[in-house]
Amino acid sequence: MNLLDWIVLLGTMVGIAAYGAWHTRHTDHLDTYLKGSRSMRWGTIGISVMATQASAITFLSIPGQGFESGIGFVQNYFGLPLALIIVCAVFLPIYRRLGVYTAYEFLGQRFDAKTRLLGAGLFLLQRGLAAGVTIYAPAIILSTVLGWRLDLTILGTGLLVIVYTVTGGSLAVSLTQKWQMAIIFGGMITAFLILIARLPHDLGPGGALHVAGAMGKLQAVDFSLNPDKRYTLWTGIFGGLFLSLSYFGTDQSQVQRYIGGAALREGRLGLMFNALLKIPMQFSILLLGALLFVFYQFQPAPVFYNRVEWQHYASGPNGATFQALEEKHAARHAAEQEKIRAWLAARNRHDALAEPAARTAMLDAQAATDDVRQEARAALLAIDPRAKTKDSDYVFIGFILDQLPHGIIGLLIAVMIAAALGSKAGELNALGTTTTIDLWRHFRPLAAHDEARNVRAAKWFTALWGIVAVAFALFAGFSENLIEAINIIGSIFYGVVLGIFLVAFFLKHIGGTAVFWSAVISQSIIFALYFLRHRFPVLDFSYLWYNFIGCAACVGLGLVLQMLMPSRNHTKKI
Amino acid sequence: MKPPPDSAPDDNSPGVPGFRTWRGVYLFVFIVFVLVVGLLALFSRLFA
Repeated sequence: MNLLDWIVLLGTMVGIAAYGAWHTRHTDHLDTYLKGSRSMRWGTIGISVMATQASAITFLSIPGQGFESGIGFVQNYFGLPLALIIVCAVFLPIYRRLGVYTAYEFLGQRFDAKTRLLGAGLFLLQRGLAAGVTIYAPAIILSTVLGWRLDLTILGTGLLVIVYTVTGGSLAVSLTQKWQMAIIFGGMITAFLILIARLPHDLGPGGALHVAGAMGKLQAVDFSLNPDKRYTLWTGIFGGLFLSLSYFGTDQSQVQRYIGGAALREGRLGLMFNALLKIPMQFSILLLGALLFVFYQFQPAPVFYNRVEWQHYASGPNGATFQALEEKHAARHAAEQEKIRAWLAARNRHDALAEPAARTAMLDAQAATDDVRQEARAALLAIDPRAKTKDSDYVFIGFILDQLPHGIIGLLIAVMIAAALGSKAGELNALGTTTTIDLWRHFRPLAAHDEARNVRAAKWFTALWGIVAVAFALFAGFSENLIEAINIIGSIFYGVVLGIFLVAFFLKHIGGTAVFWSAVISQSIIFALYFLRHRFPVLDFSYLWYNFIGCAACVGLGLVLQMLMPSRNHTKKI
Repeated sequence: MKPPPDSAPDDNSPGVPGFRTWRGVYLFVFIVFVLVVGLLALFSRLFA
């Protein structure tokens, strides 16, 4: 990065944060601080919902996913539009009608105080544990590639987001997210256009798509019923519906984004905006990754895309092994390029006899190159069992630094940091709000009447969660496995929380005591399944199933417990 | 202080040109979703 990149990067990041903090510096009403301005329109809400979900990892990892495994990951989002329709039709009107600040406040009104505390507690535990990762995950990649100090990267981004989130609350989060998303869209479209322009001239975008398709990168929809396949139309629709309903309907970091606004209509349209745009957006980012794959077929490509880590080990005593792997990869990569050109030539002259054989030769050459990449990963692990061998996250950032002109590099780094700040801001805002409304005000009910004191408490709690997140990121010593562990933690809690809300919305005869104990028992079952999975191999299934099991157990046990309990009028009019 | 809750939370007029009810909006979003999945399937087949 040169001076121009730094000017673009710091100018956009500090400028947006200062804009958000300045415009919301007089936010002293609790409603505005926690829900945002009552004049917020659907566009701002829609962008804010999108920015909270799209973290920096979305823009670093998803192109890598498209590069490595193709665009089939887009199916993961197929349940999202359906879930958002349900949230619009059922969840949102009730939240708005009750005028709640948090989703868990609704549980208090529908059931009782203990169920509300349980819901809020599960959210704080899950989000609090994940809090450090949203800062740490992009920081580790950016600091590795750019040579920045990791601690300063975490502190810089962490403190920036704390300042404007604490100052302006929910309104500042939404205002800044609007501009951050503008930077993100502008930067990603620029990168896409430059990538298209850098493809070989005799290939063009159409040829590149045919190469990507022939090499298995463009299967967007898989109708297979094979349960071993992770991404299919069916897992996307059913699993995705389940996860999205839980995330958008019950996670305060999302609920807070859409319960504010001028009217119910604005929240609904903001969510429908996401329902329409999310799949095309994720498809575009994945397609960028698939086209990066084609781009690197016609360019000298590294054997391992995390070049800093590769160099670190290659400059050690085993340097000869690494150099031999680099040479082997370069030779196979050149052979693969030759086979691709042979296939393209056969295809362009419509040679029906030569084309299938050329395609097979091309795929064999691709497999041979992939074998060397596997050997490279094995070589890294042989030297250091803790070496990070997942290099696909570094493909897009490597392209940015190698291929884009100065100024645009600064813009694209700003994209990554803007995404990190946007999602982090939504998260801190939700943690601060839930702590204030569902815990602090619950235990200090007299304080609820002092609005200024409530705003001060919300600011302190938001700052506190920000400091916890930064400290966690600085001192926890994350690894890639820990990042996956955070996803596992989310799945452990999400199912039960969704179960509580589904009972609240759809099973009106079930009361607070029944749902509280069913949730406690269900959560215990999930904990037992998780902790006993190594002792009993039959329990060692994918953690994604915890979402379904937790929800089904919570609803089912709720029904049973309600039947066993003495008959009383449990239903509150909501 | 809490703001007054929505007076007509189930207001059935989305205020979007061409749509008289929210059901119409949801149906439109669902149809677009089906169309997008269909186009993605077509895209997969075209470049397979």
